[in-house]
This record gives sequence, C-alpha cells and structure tokens, in this order.
Amino acid sequence: MIIHVTDQAGENHALEGLEGWRVMEVIRDWGLDIKAECGGAMSCATCHVYVDKDWLDAVGAPSDEEEDMLDSVGDVKSNSRLSCQILCSDALDGLKLTLAASASKDA
Amino acid sequence: MSTEITTDVVVIGAGPCGLFAAFELGLLDLKCHFIDILDRPGGQCAELYPEKPIYDIPGFPVVTGQQLTDNLMAQIAPFAPEFHFNRMVNSIQKQADGSFKLETDADEIFHTKVVVIAAGGGSFQPKRPPVENIEAFENKSVFYAVRKMDDFRDQDVVIVGGGDSALDWTLNLQPIARSLTLVHRRDAFKAAPASVNKMKEMVMEGKINFLLGQIGKLDGENGQINHVHLTTDAGDLSVPATRLLPFFGLTMKLGPVADWGLELNDNTIKVDTERFETSVPGIFAIGDINWYPGKLKLILSGFHEAALMAQAAKAIVSPGERVVFQYTTSSTKLQKKLGVA
Repeated sequence: MIIHVTDQAGENHALEGLEGWRVMEVIRDWGLDIKAECGGAMSCATCHVYVDKDWLDAVGAPSDEEEDMLDSVGDVKSNSRLSCQILCSDALDGLKLTLAASASKDA
Repeated sequence: MSTEITTDVVVIGAGPCGLFAAFELGLLDLKCHFIDILDRPGGQCAELYPEKPIYDIPGFPVVTGQQLTDNLMAQIAPFAPEFHFNRMVNSIQKQADGSFKLETDADEIFHTKVVVIAAGGGSFQPKRPPVENIEAFENKSVFYAVRKMDDFRDQDVVIVGGGDSALDWTLNLQPIARSLTLVHRRDAFKAAPASVNKMKEMVMEGKINFLLGQIGKLDGENGQINHVHLTTDAGDLSVPATRLLPFFGLTMKLGPVADWGLELNDNTIKVDTERFETSVPGIFAIGDINWYPGKLKLILSGFHEAALMAQAAKAIVSPGERVVFQYTTSSTKLQKKLGVA
C-alpha cells in the first residue's frame, strides 16, 4: 500500500506502507520530519497530521484520548489526527495526509 | 555563592538507563550524583507514559513506566545516589587534571572524574505554540511557567490550554490579574473536574472570560505584547493582553548538550560500542541519546550500555586498580554492598 505524505515544506512523498504498521512508523522509517517522541504510546502529539478530507471517513474519528493529546499542540484543525493511531491497511491504500508543523523535530 | 560538589560520577538524566547505571557503578564502588530537569526520577517513563505497559523488559512480561522506575529506585537504593532535580547542566569543562567541572542553572558546580549523559531525547522543555513571532516576547511578556505571581498582578492575562496547568493558573491568577481570559480549542478539559467546575463558575460570575479557539499572531513591541489574535469557529478576533501563558505540555529538546563539543549524529551523541564513550574521553553517553551502528532505542539496550560503561568509568576513577569480574549471585563482596549478605 502507498501513503501520500506532504511534508512541512510542501513536498509530496509516496511512501510504501506495510499492513499493520502505524502510519507514524512508516513516515518515521522513510526519514521525513516527524518527532514522534513517545514512540506510539499516545502520550505526546508530535506525530500530528492533517488527513485529506477525501480520506476522513476511511480513517475514522479520533478517540477521546487522542482528542485529549491533541490539546497539546496549537495547530489543530478539524482533520487533525495522530498518525500513530492510524493503522496501515488495504482500505487505506492511497491515503493522503499532511505533516503538521507541530510534528517537526524542531517544533 | 555556588554550591560545590565533588564526586566520582555525574549522571545527567534520571531515566531508566541512568538509574540502572547507578547500580552498575555502585557495584564498582563509584559514587553517583544525578542531575535531571524533571522534578522526579523516571525520565520518559515518568513523564510520558507512567501508566502505559511496557512488554520488552527482560524478566517482566509487563511493567508500567512508573513501576519500572520504582523498581529501579529500590534496586539502586543500597548505593545511595544523590538526586538534584529541577535543574539543567549548562556547561561541562574539562580540567587540566582530566576531571570535569559542570555548572547547572541552579548555581551548583560539580567536580567529577566521569560524566555519563543519559538524557534520553534531551531535556523536557515547554512546548512552544506555532506562533510566528513568539520568541521575541518570551520571558518578557510570554511565559511558559509562573515563577513569580507578582509578575501577573494588574495585568491582562491570557492563558491557553485545557490541562491542569492552564486551569490551576486560571484559578490562582484571577484574583490578582486585571483581566483573565482562558483560551482552549474545545469545550472539554483534561484537568481535575473540581478545577473545571470552579473555572466555569468564574465564567458565570463574569470574573474571567473563556474563549473557544487557538492563538495566532501576537501584537506588541520590544518584547511586550498588547494583543493576542485568536482563530475561533466564529471568526478571528483580537484580545487585549499584557501577559500570555501557553500551556501545551513538554517536549524533549537536545538543549545545551549540543554545545558541549561532542561529536553528534542527528541529535544523538556518537559513542563506541566497547565503552559507550563519546568523542571526549571521560564523557560517556548511554540510552536513547547515544548512537552507534545498529543502535536500537530500547531500554534493555541502555541497560547493557550502562554495564559496559561502568567498567570503563571504573578504570578512569581508579586507574591501575584490578577489577575482578563478579556475579551478584555468588560474590559475598557484592552482596555486602547490596546489603543482603
């Protein structure tokens, strides 16, 4: 499966994802600018992404705990998600998302 | 006047790997002092995931970050390491005799033969909200913590966030502020329910304002803000403000480590895999902060690194002394140090 990621500089990347991986892990593995400091424990919000509006239904809504963590970034939009909480699957083949400024290693 | 402390080893960072280092160093009779920016031991385990289960610690099918921290503290207790919390090491200077002089932001000077950097992802520092010109106002009219309440007296205070820090300071500063506005992105809070109720009462009584939104641009000059722009569902608005307190939690920054003259590899410190020593002899780095070919950021890797580092540190602190390799299961000497023989 392929995930299309737009980085903070506006560049597009087509990343190969593996079934069962977290989208955050795919982005990190391909070396894009994602801090992901808690490693997927949903204890930070440094893997914050904006999901393309065409993919919002397929990805689903964030959990309450994820909403709580999103409180810790200042650039939340209605399509904000934590990429550690999105699992790669065939249903998400072609998923489009954008890395938030607050996900940067330098943020 | 600075406090001066002399020791064998200073460990920077009291996370799991640093804590276990005190055990391995203790078995070799080396005395440790810890310096950590947090107010308690545990590092990421305590700050990021105290309640989350960890499944890959050898011998523990499952353990939480807090349990692991508590167990490590019990394990190193026989060696009585000393802890210096809420402070950061600003500088490390090598002395003519090969020892090191460390200065903290709490006006202490440590003289030590060995430095162990076990700082994980760096030091935990307040998250800076994504506001373009915010740096220009920091520590003048934008603060990430309240150090002196009096700095907020008779000021127009804007607090941003929905956690306990935001709520607590809303309640505490309201009586002395000229005006107080709490800004949060949604009408739900991750804070003590009693504080949330109290805050809502204050809104009803007209003592404070609550606005749903996120902060955008700041207006002001010479470090002094006068307006905070907010993006809200009902459109953009601007709120008069002379003090801004954003509370978005903590994030890890490499911080002063980057200035200590150590060879780095993308925000981590290069070490060798025999001694886990940095490019400066006598300064070691273990755990998530180090890098070597094949590095895995696992707690168990940090434990291994601590054991090998301790052997090398011993040779520096006690040159020429013969170190006999011993097991805690069979050595009465080690068992005496642990207080069990």
